[in-house]
Amino acid sequence: MSLLKVNNLGVQFQTPDGMVNAVNGVSFELDAGQTLGIVGESGSGKSQSVLAMMGLLAKNGRPTGEALYKGQNLLTMSPKQLNGIRGDRISMIFQDPMTSLNPYLTVERQMTEVLELHKGMTRKQAKKRAIELLEAVRIPEAARRIDMYPHEFSGGMRQRVMIAMALLCEPEVLIADEPTTALDVTVQAQILTLLKELQRDFGTAIVMITHDLGVVAGLCEKVMVMYGGRVMEYGTANDIFYQPSHPYTIGLLGALPRLDHDGDALVSIPGNPPNMANMPKGCPFTERCAHASAQCADVLPGLLPSAANPAVLRACHKPVAELKLELSHG
Amino acid sequence: MAEKKLLLSVRDVKVHFKVKGNNDWPWTPKRTLKAVDGVSFDLYEGETLGVVGESGCGKSTLSRAILNLIPATDGEILWMGKDLRKGSDKDWLHVRKDIQMIFQDPLASLNPRMTIAQIIGEPLRVHRPELSPDEIMKRVRAMMVKVGLREQMINRYPHEFSGGQCQRIGIARALILEPKLIICDEPVSALDVSIQAQIINLLKELQREMGLSLIFIAHDLAVVKHISDRILVMYLGREMELAEKYALYDKPAHPYTQALLSAIPIPDPKLERNKTIQILQGDLPSPINPPSGCVFRTRCPKAVERCAKEEIKLHAVTAATQTSCLLA
Repeated sequence: MSLLKVNNLGVQFQTPDGMVNAVNGVSFELDAGQTLGIVGESGSGKSQSVLAMMGLLAKNGRPTGEALYKGQNLLTMSPKQLNGIRGDRISMIFQDPMTSLNPYLTVERQMTEVLELHKGMTRKQAKKRAIELLEAVRIPEAARRIDMYPHEFSGGMRQRVMIAMALLCEPEVLIADEPTTALDVTVQAQILTLLKELQRDFGTAIVMITHDLGVVAGLCEKVMVMYGGRVMEYGTANDIFYQPSHPYTIGLLGALPRLDHDGDALVSIPGNPPNMANMPKGCPFTERCAHASAQCADVLPGLLPSAANPAVLRACHKPVAELKLELSHG
Repeated sequence: MAEKKLLLSVRDVKVHFKVKGNNDWPWTPKRTLKAVDGVSFDLYEGETLGVVGESGCGKSTLSRAILNLIPATDGEILWMGKDLRKGSDKDWLHVRKDIQMIFQDPLASLNPRMTIAQIIGEPLRVHRPELSPDEIMKRVRAMMVKVGLREQMINRYPHEFSGGQCQRIGIARALILEPKLIICDEPVSALDVSIQAQIINLLKELQREMGLSLIFIAHDLAVVKHISDRILVMYLGREMELAEKYALYDKPAHPYTQALLSAIPIPDPKLERNKTIQILQGDLPSPINPPSGCVFRTRCPKAVERCAKEEIKLHAVTAATQTSCLLA
């Protein structure tokens, strides 16, 4: 049995303008020690899908499908059951370390609370363990700094506190929602190295949500590319980066300014991301896709194994061979 | 190649802020925060200078000091030979016609109560009062087409546009006076990758067409590489390295530049997993109390004793590279 198995996960929001389908048909499996990267631009539904798993959707949001943690469905659990799992077996790191820490409480109080609740430790034991974790994420003078408030830490240090907090109970699954987006590159490099080391030492499975393809390339074995609330392509990092088979993935890789390539113009994807309240009937990428046909606008392509490489799932009407042909001609 | 015309020359510019002392008592002496501390560079016509550095390195403050949005404390800012810091308000009115700015947050930099016709036309109304309203509208429409906005959108308000479109409006507003220099302060960092590429391509195209000079401020070295001719690397208000693009990426001279380059994730699994990253230790020191000598020495893997004593300005190490590292 896989550690985490998500089947056909969807998220709907009831808004004054009607029902908005933010996420549709997301499925994946994750085993211990594996890393899955979910990539997509703003509004692609990558954050909402993990928030749904953690029971953290906004009040007007409703999840569908199932998210099985060791066979138990997280989506239908009572909040009490869920509280026994999240923060303990599955924990999450949020994007903005300042707004996700409580500014009124010292780091010590915020960290010991977790251990007292989940592990039934005394405050003293909990503090000892919290200091150990802060040391593990390389916060200098952890024993002194644990009594400080979040505002007394720098951005990178705060994110380390968040990571230490997420790791307190040695979770089996760590969900990281853009954990380095708010940080400078040199700090990002520190945090990513730290995550890799922690994964190696604790065997944690990681779901990494990011818009940065470089971060995914370094960290993830499997990659899921999302657009307009749907999965466009799903495969191993090597397949996605070296043999992208979906027009959106190809476009995304072409639009990326890179250090390792020279070349003048970036190949931009024309147009703008779709409006979630008013999604096209067919493939959400139709409007911006260079290969789109009438079929694409009307019929939603299923997420099916690619003919060229069955290990890759892709949602596109055009066969891979035809895409390649057009690329080599264009 | 013909001698390029010198547009802007920045000499030893400093921007210092007075901040509160260690505690809140009114009699504690104020301290000085050195946001920009002695930066010099030249900018030639038609050239793009990239300015990179991490948050708090003073790159935005520097750009604002050039336009006097934050007055510089010391130094010279020469615009075509004239010192801007000594200029009167009237002089500034002329200069601002030639130097325009594009800001980071595309929506926040547009007035929500103005239609985009008013936003894009405003610089013309201020600087070219002789133009008739019809002429202004004509130019606004032409500029909208140029930056890739549909003419039908002319009476809409900023909130009706996406981030990428708002940035196009910002670019149109900056270009309408046909300036010589545009200062772009992180113009694409708030945008998605696919939109970011559109805006970078647009800026490059317009630059070629109109012979613009750009100062392009960003924290993303990959973006800067795509648009710049020369690049200035800043750290804690000082210059670390100023080099031609290819020299900087192929042979970074300063340890900070080397660390910065190695920290950027490459979107290629094999390369990314096998590269060695130079992890910088510790945090950015406070600009209120910067380290003595070279400001980078506290985190520099190559620092020696001399680094703490000697403070070095940019000096040429090759024809294409200037650095402030005394070991280079």
